[in-house]
Amino acid sequence: MLSKRIIPCLDVKDGRVVKGIQFVDIRDAGDPVELAKVYDEQGADELVFLDISASHEGKKTMIDVVRSVASELAIPFTVGGGIRTLEDIKETLRNGADKVSLNSSAVQRPELITEGADYFGSQCIVVAIDARYDEELKSWRVYTHGGRTPTDWEVTEWAQEAVRLGAGEILLTSMNKDGEKTGFDLPLLEAVQKVVSVPVIASGGAGSSEHFYEVFTEVDADAALAASIFHYKETSVMNVKSYLKERGVTVR
Amino acid sequence: MMIGIIDYGMGNLFSVSKALERLDVPYKVGDRPEKISECDGYILPGVGAFPDAMKALGDHGFITFIKEKVNEGVPIYGICLGMQLLFESSEEGGQTEGLGLFPGTIVKFPGVDENGNSYKVPHMGWNRLNIHQPDKGLLNEVGEDFVYFVHSFVVQTDHPEILYATSDYHLEVPAIIGRGNLVASQFHPEKSGEPGMRLLENFCKVMVKQ
Repeated sequence: MLSKRIIPCLDVKDGRVVKGIQFVDIRDAGDPVELAKVYDEQGADELVFLDISASHEGKKTMIDVVRSVASELAIPFTVGGGIRTLEDIKETLRNGADKVSLNSSAVQRPELITEGADYFGSQCIVVAIDARYDEELKSWRVYTHGGRTPTDWEVTEWAQEAVRLGAGEILLTSMNKDGEKTGFDLPLLEAVQKVVSVPVIASGGAGSSEHFYEVFTEVDADAALAASIFHYKETSVMNVKSYLKERGVTVR
Repeated sequence: MMIGIIDYGMGNLFSVSKALERLDVPYKVGDRPEKISECDGYILPGVGAFPDAMKALGDHGFITFIKEKVNEGVPIYGICLGMQLLFESSEEGGQTEGLGLFPGTIVKFPGVDENGNSYKVPHMGWNRLNIHQPDKGLLNEVGEDFVYFVHSFVVQTDHPEILYATSDYHLEVPAIIGRGNLVASQFHPEKSGEPGMRLLENFCKVMVKQ
């Protein structure tokens, strides 16, 4: 039986991990490879690297990060942030990433999803969706550009369109829940789970092991992503997994 | 010992190459048979669509090469799509003929189980191996561990003797396949943590040796 995946997410700027990460046992807390190794040892099932570099040089540095991670780790990882063209996708995957995550670029030019999926297969193309509840819409609206720009897309419609175009996985972040640590956005996740046939990664709101249990048992998410609770050592991947295992959730 | 990685333009060669480096296994990558003709064992990687991959294998002159090496008993390890290419045919993108070195065909996951309940495709994530033939050298010290799958098409065969290990995902998913010196896995060993690295090591150091 397929296990539920726990995925730490690392924000990388100009080749360095940002957000003050507190691991005492590594020499350089800003080194993406060192951190990736720590998470691997803790039992992380996958990693997501989100490149938040603005400069061209920063983007180039990200490729070096991808190569280093792929050289040293034997678990899959996804790279997102600033991937705009088929060439970007090719460069990222050929340097050892397993998947790319497309967000704003996919909304702006949805054919990018199809181009990537045709070339490498759907399994390499993750579409990341930033969702915020909209009173007027009475549903969730898709935002782009790090949550700054509202779009005309309703989330379940965009998710279905993304899958139709070739997305092999949906990374769904609740902007309402992000940073709140009060649990994942179960209604949002359930709404999307119901309409797509590909795996869904829950993101935004993780504050404790119970929250992971909830998202796996109540909405049957395939994977759950978190950043700060792992970075700030409020819990560890290992702790979350043993909590889940004790309660009968299949984990690796 | 020298391992040849078959480069027909369709694989994640970087990750598998680095995995061999971590195992201290010498290798070379070649995009034509003559560049890697004298190796002691070969790895056939693959990511992408079956028809494109068969065409690319042909364009790079590898179809006859692989068949000859298999006939000579040279160890070959097919990974992911590289495994699927070793079967008779695939229904991906219309019926396409494969290398025909394993009996069976490649079909899409139906996405609906026998009770009519739908399930997710691709089969993506860590799943447990059910070992059928623990005595095989490839499986030395490999237990019923989790390995990382990501695929929408799956092997269908009525030859259980080639199934070294399977995994359960709504149907019995052939995970590790073998016959003589030709072996393969549906999952990427280089992305499957310790058990995956163990498989690669067994291939290089037990099956290929020297």
